[in-house]
Amino acid sequence: MGEFKVHRVRFFNYVPSGIRCVAYNNQSNRLAVSRTDGTVEIYNLSANYFQEKFFPGHESRATEALCWAEGQRLFSAGLNGEIMEYDLQALNIKYAMDAFGGPIWSMAASPSGSQLLVGCEDGSVKLFQITPDKIQFERNFDRQKSSAVHKMIVDRQYMGASKRKCIVWGVAFLSDGTVISVDSAGKVQFWDSATGTLVKSHLIANADVQSIAVADQEDSFVVGTAEGTVFHFQLVPVTSNSNEKQWVRTKPFQHHTHDVRTVAHSPTALISGGTDTHLVIRPLMEKVEVKNYDAALRKITFPHRCLISCSKKRQLLLFQFAHHLELWRLGSTVATGKNGDTLPLSKNADHLLHLKTKGPENIICSCISPCGSWIAYSTVSRFFLYRLNYEHDNISLKRVSKMPAFLRCALQILFSEDSTKLFVASNQGALHIVQLSGGSFKHLHAFQPQSGTVEAMCLLAVSPDGHWLAASGTSAGVHVYDVKQLKLHCTVPAYNFPVTAMAIAPNTNNLVIAHSDQQVFEYSIPDKQYTDWSRTVQKQGFHHLWLQRDTPITHISFHPKRPMHILLHDAYMFCIIDKSLPLPNDKTLLYNPFPPTNESDVVRRRTAHAFKISKIYKPLLFMDLLDERTLVAVERPLDDIIAQLPPPIKKKKFGT
Amino acid sequence: MAALEEEFTLSSVVLSAGPEGLLGVEQSDKTDQFLVTDSGRTVILYKVSDQKPLGSWSVKQGQIITCPAVCNFQTGEYVVVHDNKVLRIWNNEDVNLDKVFKATLSAEVYRILSVQGTEPLVLFKEGAVRGLEALLADPQQKIETVISDEEVIKWTKFFIVFRHRVLIFITEKHGNYFAYVQMFNSRILTKYTLLLGQDENSVVESFTASVDRKFISLMSLSSDGCIYETLIPIRPTDPEKNQSLVRSLLLKAVVSDNTQNGVALTALDQDHVAVLGSPLAASKECLSVWNIKFQTLQTSKELSQGTSGQVWYYGEHLFMLHGKSLTVIPYKCEVSSLAGALGKLKHSQDPGTHVVPHFVNWETPQGCGLGFQNSEQSRRILRRRKIEVSLQPEVPPSKQLLSTIMKDSEKHIEVEVRKFLALKQTPDFHTVVGDTVTGLLERCKAEPSFYPRNCLMQLIQTHVLSYSLCPDLMEIALKKKDVQLLQLCLQQFPDIPESVTCACLKIFLSIGDDSLQETDVSMESVFDYSNSVHDEKMEEQTEILQNGFNPEEDKCNNCDQELNKKPQDETKESTSCPVVQKRAALLNAILHSAFSETFLLPHLKDIPAQHITLFLKYLYFLYLKCSENATMTLPGIHPPTLNQIMDWICLLLDANFTVVVMMPEAKRLLINLYKLVKSQITVYSELNKIEVSFRELQKLNQEKNNRGLYSIEVLELF
Repeated sequence: MGEFKVHRVRFFNYVPSGIRCVAYNNQSNRLAVSRTDGTVEIYNLSANYFQEKFFPGHESRATEALCWAEGQRLFSAGLNGEIMEYDLQALNIKYAMDAFGGPIWSMAASPSGSQLLVGCEDGSVKLFQITPDKIQFERNFDRQKSSAVHKMIVDRQYMGASKRKCIVWGVAFLSDGTVISVDSAGKVQFWDSATGTLVKSHLIANADVQSIAVADQEDSFVVGTAEGTVFHFQLVPVTSNSNEKQWVRTKPFQHHTHDVRTVAHSPTALISGGTDTHLVIRPLMEKVEVKNYDAALRKITFPHRCLISCSKKRQLLLFQFAHHLELWRLGSTVATGKNGDTLPLSKNADHLLHLKTKGPENIICSCISPCGSWIAYSTVSRFFLYRLNYEHDNISLKRVSKMPAFLRCALQILFSEDSTKLFVASNQGALHIVQLSGGSFKHLHAFQPQSGTVEAMCLLAVSPDGHWLAASGTSAGVHVYDVKQLKLHCTVPAYNFPVTAMAIAPNTNNLVIAHSDQQVFEYSIPDKQYTDWSRTVQKQGFHHLWLQRDTPITHISFHPKRPMHILLHDAYMFCIIDKSLPLPNDKTLLYNPFPPTNESDVVRRRTAHAFKISKIYKPLLFMDLLDERTLVAVERPLDDIIAQLPPPIKKKKFGT
Repeated sequence: MAALEEEFTLSSVVLSAGPEGLLGVEQSDKTDQFLVTDSGRTVILYKVSDQKPLGSWSVKQGQIITCPAVCNFQTGEYVVVHDNKVLRIWNNEDVNLDKVFKATLSAEVYRILSVQGTEPLVLFKEGAVRGLEALLADPQQKIETVISDEEVIKWTKFFIVFRHRVLIFITEKHGNYFAYVQMFNSRILTKYTLLLGQDENSVVESFTASVDRKFISLMSLSSDGCIYETLIPIRPTDPEKNQSLVRSLLLKAVVSDNTQNGVALTALDQDHVAVLGSPLAASKECLSVWNIKFQTLQTSKELSQGTSGQVWYYGEHLFMLHGKSLTVIPYKCEVSSLAGALGKLKHSQDPGTHVVPHFVNWETPQGCGLGFQNSEQSRRILRRRKIEVSLQPEVPPSKQLLSTIMKDSEKHIEVEVRKFLALKQTPDFHTVVGDTVTGLLERCKAEPSFYPRNCLMQLIQTHVLSYSLCPDLMEIALKKKDVQLLQLCLQQFPDIPESVTCACLKIFLSIGDDSLQETDVSMESVFDYSNSVHDEKMEEQTEILQNGFNPEEDKCNNCDQELNKKPQDETKESTSCPVVQKRAALLNAILHSAFSETFLLPHLKDIPAQHITLFLKYLYFLYLKCSENATMTLPGIHPPTLNQIMDWICLLLDANFTVVVMMPEAKRLLINLYKLVKSQITVYSELNKIEVSFRELQKLNQEKNNRGLYSIEVLELF
């Protein structure tokens, strides 16, 4: 199949932000996740848990509460005292409204979804009416001083010598009048709201219980503790055939190492997230009807988009962080070796550039041109383009000023193969083509979105000959534009699942599209139809193990000399699909890590199939072909991330 | 915890209760219904849960009921006696007692006694007893006199003990009390004199009785206010002799000793009795429940309107006359547990659901058992048509079997048992097997020459017996030195006490080889080692070395002089089995049996030293055989495991080391065992070393995987 030199890169010092809130929307089966840096991500649970949208964070906007209201409208509130609504189509913030009560700590929507309640730092609770396109302040509930109807006194944990006040971290109010509270003493307590009496108390942790979420049916709820444990409570009959039911702690789950800051309860799963940055979706086996891959535990750690771009010509890697970019030059070696060897370096990798953004906004996207002389990135309010000059080992950076106003916020940036054109997908749905020559800059054209749609384009792909540009949104099909003629060429038929990665092959101009359900299509742009190979694949179907992978394909590339090869990768494997070989069926071994040693050539040929998979590099954030015989793989070991997290609550382990 | 629940009145109608109260309250064939006979002319059938009467029957003016009505559980009919001699039998549909079946008897009836599962008995005032069916066949038959003149029956009760019918009645003559126990299977009537002890002047006011396997526990409430217990053996040792029974004080001063009204006593269950009477001279009457085991008052209820001094207890209800009305007090005794007392246990059991015990109750016939079938059968035939028919109740096969066991020859018994086992899964299979074994063993004990070995073997192989069910079985087998039966018991019984295991071991070790030859023990657990020895001789050396022990390896220099002298002997000893195969099979049965070290050790000390040495040699031989293969197992179908072998070696040495160490013939064995232990230690230390090395390798491997931040590697895709 081929021997490659692999640049194995582990210096991408990426640490995801901790998860602060999760909110589950039953109508659309989507999950909104907010992180401590203010980023809000939308996961489509129906589409194989794909992170289909995200709203970049902002330094001053610490989200403390997130909720869905009025159907599928998403609101957040945070320590800056503002309530925000997100535009899920255009992927921007619709508006932000100050609640004038200081930092907001909590927010809840009324059961009908028409009202929004926020709890503010000054102790007030404010009620907002949700109007079709905004929210409107309705009334203010002042802090209860003396007229408290009930005062439920939460005991301090008397075991410890702690003098700290007990903080109630969360409450849930059930329709039968039961109030459930979780507190810093490690207790889950049930109260009767009519009498204000404590009904039952469960001491479940030695540390804080920080979050609670109740199922819609109110027969089950989930709490998360600072020890990283998630407990499931269920309302079960006292005896097998009695009507009397009681809350019983049924299952503990330990999928987190750090505080579980937030939990959510979908009809079929428990969702939790916290400081350790993992989003954990734990399906409830009794609720899962079909025992398919949805019944498996999901642990989502890395974003489902590419944070790395690569200049093949100069062997440069551009790493995107929340507030800065890093440019690295790969090292080199003159040695050769056999499979598995680590070659001595003649030159180590260099950190060339550390580019810090101005302002509090997070970087949305970034790109380095194939020639390595341009770097572009964008935040929510500004677009930056830099020109790089290389003189021996020195590097100089010059910002291209006077960006046109329409290039304000880009969702995706892409350079053409010859680095003469820049393609920018703006959040208004438009695609801009910019001509780059020398140090100058010229706007060539803008493909406007089809009338009536405001859907933002998140993924771009350009053909190596610069003729075709493919753009994909979150739900509609992939549009292919003719860059020479400056017109829409065709639209690939819409598919049920969102696109996770796409690329256009050299020479053939076949567009390869990967979807979140792990299907891969090949569409011939000139012919405006799926290729024969793609039809064969669809007819035969992918190997079941291929379809059961749980991370999406985030990058696709091609071998310049071998047109039959497609290189693609997800977080746990990378694969070269050789279209000339037969497809594997469910009986053949999809992944065989062992080299064929003494097998005869005949056997080898018979068992060889199109999917050549390697699982050596993981978690794999980026993989590309630098030249015919060289690959670059960017790994981010989980241990390195954990090492950068704050220390977890120390727990006594047996035998230590 | 025993508890009395809220009382309720059964009838608002004032019963015509005389000064003596009611004549009786008896169960009917429906659980919830009871027959109440007043002391006048009326019998009323009450449904307790509804608190209302279902039917009422009266005899003619001028007649008087002299014996409480009872239900014949086999036919569902009611039986009553009026004017001492006239028997009336009727059922629910009958309206007028005058028109129902009537039989005039030749003697005066004291009581008719009826319990579930058998025909009613008629006890005559002169002490004679007849079955109802037999009596009805010839009502005018001559009734003999059993008790002496002036002797009066005071109280009677009818039990079914272990499927045998037992009737007890107490008579009084000039302040002396006598107990008569009538066994119906053997037709033996035993008379006992009840000695009242020091307090000869006290009058016994009330009796009650409960039974267990061997004894009728007769409790009596005396006029001094104390409850006494007399144990009457069910199976008399010598029926001919007039025997005396002493009573023992059970509870002191439960009622005041000079009450005006009557007092009554009834046993509620094994540990509880209900006492009706005034606790203090002046106080009102109380119903109190006492725990006789702990001698504590559990609960009590004041009955302010006075009672007739009578109390009846059926199922969960206590019946008494309170004031002028019949009162029912439900009684419950839930099993108390520590968890329950601490409130940890939720009493989640729904009321009304019946808890099925998880064990087979050997004492009482199961509802679906043979007794029930029998009653079903006779119920079909109505009394009226049955009068002329001569009665020949069908004997169930199990009863037949039991009677066979009692009388017939060994051979006949064997045939019968085989027949019964062929039928097999009847619902009361367990019960009958238990009964049969008990019966056989009883006869074995009685007749030393009787030893139905084949029957016992067959019964053991039914897998339903256990040691605790028939402890006599192994005792007899030990006495008879029947190693085959003992082996079978060791294999089948899960609960053999260590003392018995050890007794078996003693016999297995001491029994002569020649007598072993005649026995037919199961050889399942023994593999013919002699064959394999020759085949594997060549490999032996290396194989033994593999597991770290080679008896010939000369490492233990200072203790080997003796060994070196007879190397050939030694080889022979370690490779040939020190006991004959049959003995080996028996010893393997011992090795397989369960034991607890603490209980076994003291018994092991009693085994003679040469037997200990022999057993040790055998165990050592087994160990050597074990270590011959890599899996450390012995060949064969059900061989002893290495752990069992090692446990027994340790146990034997622990128990007898001081003895064995003094024996010159055991010296070499001990040296071998010592070397065995030493070599094991060596093996384990080597294993530890290997483990540490592996850990180091693992660490190195991890370091190799943990590369730096950047490297260039070669990858080949296939």
